[in-house]
Amino acid sequence: MLLDPTFLAIQFLNGLQLASLLFLLAVGLSVVFGLMGFINLAHGTLYMIGAYIGLSVARSTGSFWLALVAAPVAVALLGMVFHVVLLRHMQAASPMKQVLVTFGLIFVGLDSVRYIWGNYSHGIDLPAVLAGGVSVLGETYPIYRLFIIGLGLAVLAALHWGLERTRLGALVRAGVDDRETAAALGIDVGLAFFAVFCLGCALAGLAGVVAAPVLSVYPGMDMSVLILTLIVVVIGGPGSLKGAALGALVIGMAQTFGQVLVPALASVMIYAVMAAVLLARPGGLVRARHG
Amino acid sequence: MRILFGLALALIAGLPAPAGAGDPIRIGVVLPFSGVYAALGGDITDGMMLAFETFGDTVAGRRIELIREDSEVKPSVGLTKTKKLVYQDQVDLLVGPVASNVAGAMRDFVHNAEIPLIVPNAGNNLLTGERCSPWVIRTSFSNDQINRGMGGWLFDKGYRSLYLLAADYAAGHQMMAAVKRSFTAAGGAIVGEEYPPLRETKDFAPYLAKIKAAKPDAMYVFFAGGPAIQFVKQVHDFGLKKEIALTGAGWLTSPLFLPAEGAAAVGFTGALNYVPSIDSDENRQFQNAFQEKHGRVGSEFTVQGYDTARLIVEALEITGGATDDKAALVAAMHQVSFTGPRGPLRIDPATNNVIQDIYVFETRQVGYAVKQVVIDKMEAVQDPPNGCRMEVGRG
Repeated sequence: MLLDPTFLAIQFLNGLQLASLLFLLAVGLSVVFGLMGFINLAHGTLYMIGAYIGLSVARSTGSFWLALVAAPVAVALLGMVFHVVLLRHMQAASPMKQVLVTFGLIFVGLDSVRYIWGNYSHGIDLPAVLAGGVSVLGETYPIYRLFIIGLGLAVLAALHWGLERTRLGALVRAGVDDRETAAALGIDVGLAFFAVFCLGCALAGLAGVVAAPVLSVYPGMDMSVLILTLIVVVIGGPGSLKGAALGALVIGMAQTFGQVLVPALASVMIYAVMAAVLLARPGGLVRARHG
Repeated sequence: MRILFGLALALIAGLPAPAGAGDPIRIGVVLPFSGVYAALGGDITDGMMLAFETFGDTVAGRRIELIREDSEVKPSVGLTKTKKLVYQDQVDLLVGPVASNVAGAMRDFVHNAEIPLIVPNAGNNLLTGERCSPWVIRTSFSNDQINRGMGGWLFDKGYRSLYLLAADYAAGHQMMAAVKRSFTAAGGAIVGEEYPPLRETKDFAPYLAKIKAAKPDAMYVFFAGGPAIQFVKQVHDFGLKKEIALTGAGWLTSPLFLPAEGAAAVGFTGALNYVPSIDSDENRQFQNAFQEKHGRVGSEFTVQGYDTARLIVEALEITGGATDDKAALVAAMHQVSFTGPRGPLRIDPATNNVIQDIYVFETRQVGYAVKQVVIDKMEAVQDPPNGCRMEVGRG
């Protein structure tokens, strides 16, 4: 039964869908980390805030599509404020201080969300186009999950194009490759960092509102994705778009198939995969930095 | 001034201030007001406050005072706050907590300190079973009590095979064990069981595909909070209910989660100690009063808080407001019996667990609203002693 092709196909789609969400979350974090060695532990908080803003927009306007646009924009603006007010001053600080400050932001974010939106869990209703299911090899599969997979692939394609074909992309690549040389050549690495940071925030907000109809909206939803996202960054190799995509795919599949094929080891599966990857390739699956 | 004077005197004498007529009755409340169970702590507190308004907040001239502490759903924090309430605030009795792991940490302390603790939620079987205490009284439920009847009930309705799915912690395992025992005893078969680790599992889709492939007559599940909403929506999205009946412990479609679940919750059959649609005057009065005050439906957690406070008031009326003799206070609680929103209620002296009706309900679309509609009732469900022997001073 477990090796039935339909069953495997459905689980493959489930894995892709999780990978898609993890990719949206991990890519911003990964590139910022590769660029400045800056690790933002409050990244999950941005995901949660994105979900809540999406909830409010969807409730007040009745439009899921508007929420899908408003949440990333609002979270990017929030990220911008955080960067200007707080994080900009932390760039020169030791990694331990950065971790502590962004770790503190997790608690600030959680209590702010509870203060504004309360303690109850919420759901977001889907527009009629995305509700319901389609038949995949004779089994019902929710359309919305296919939409998430498509969205993840679209973002991957757009980021790839942006990184390879635009001036900002070239600046980012140069900065990740060798920060000192890039700076010496007159490239404003700080500006590239700022742009990537805001984009990463927007994608985290997007992930939040996209996940909301499937995973619901509740205080503490940030912590449920933070660890997985960090694992994706680490095994993918920090600073790399391809690494984030590959890492998300590996963890998405390991999590999904681990749960159904070896349920007893479901909790340790992803950690085992991480350990195995790091033993074989200590720098992650894709090494972005050459220096 | 009098209290301050008494306190100063007590400090000098090194003795607790003797509680006389006119002194307030202090109840220490240890509930989660932050963290994942904050909504439950809020509901229980709101229920208690309404009961004190309804049944009186003054007994024999002594006003009832609540001193609230946040357990943060952490056993160590719950224990520290409990000690603070007992030693510093000198409370007369305690109410709490929500989570069974916190209850486990508080249990030994109150047992040795001989301070009555009234538990308004935590359902771990051991708390009124092997680890029972003369000082720990539970007004909510035991995990076994809610689910034990459902195995036979489902078999009688024609279900012959079950797939079990529950959160991977003590409550999930205890509830599934209760159903498994009664369902197999009736002659049914368990075709599979899974316990997803909740910290990692946000997506139930992998499990749902597996359940679908196993083709059971029904699945029996236990989830609460965020996971309940996710599970209900995902089962609906995958169209599972067309082939496999969705049954389980009733918290899955609690009024706390129902607004977020919406129509996806329709078709669930569950067992619980309370649903808002119970057809009785007591329940209607309670719901009217609660909804008027808070603008939302009173949940099973609210009712557990409400009945807890009523038990306290009625026991204090029996002792004439006296709280110094804790044994007499507990004995008074054993004498109390009343019909509350969830039906007739009393405390079983053999285990200190509540004896109550368990409702079987179906979640249905009623007009524009989605409601839990009662379809059956098991009367006066009483737990067997489960290894409980009430011995004072047993650690």
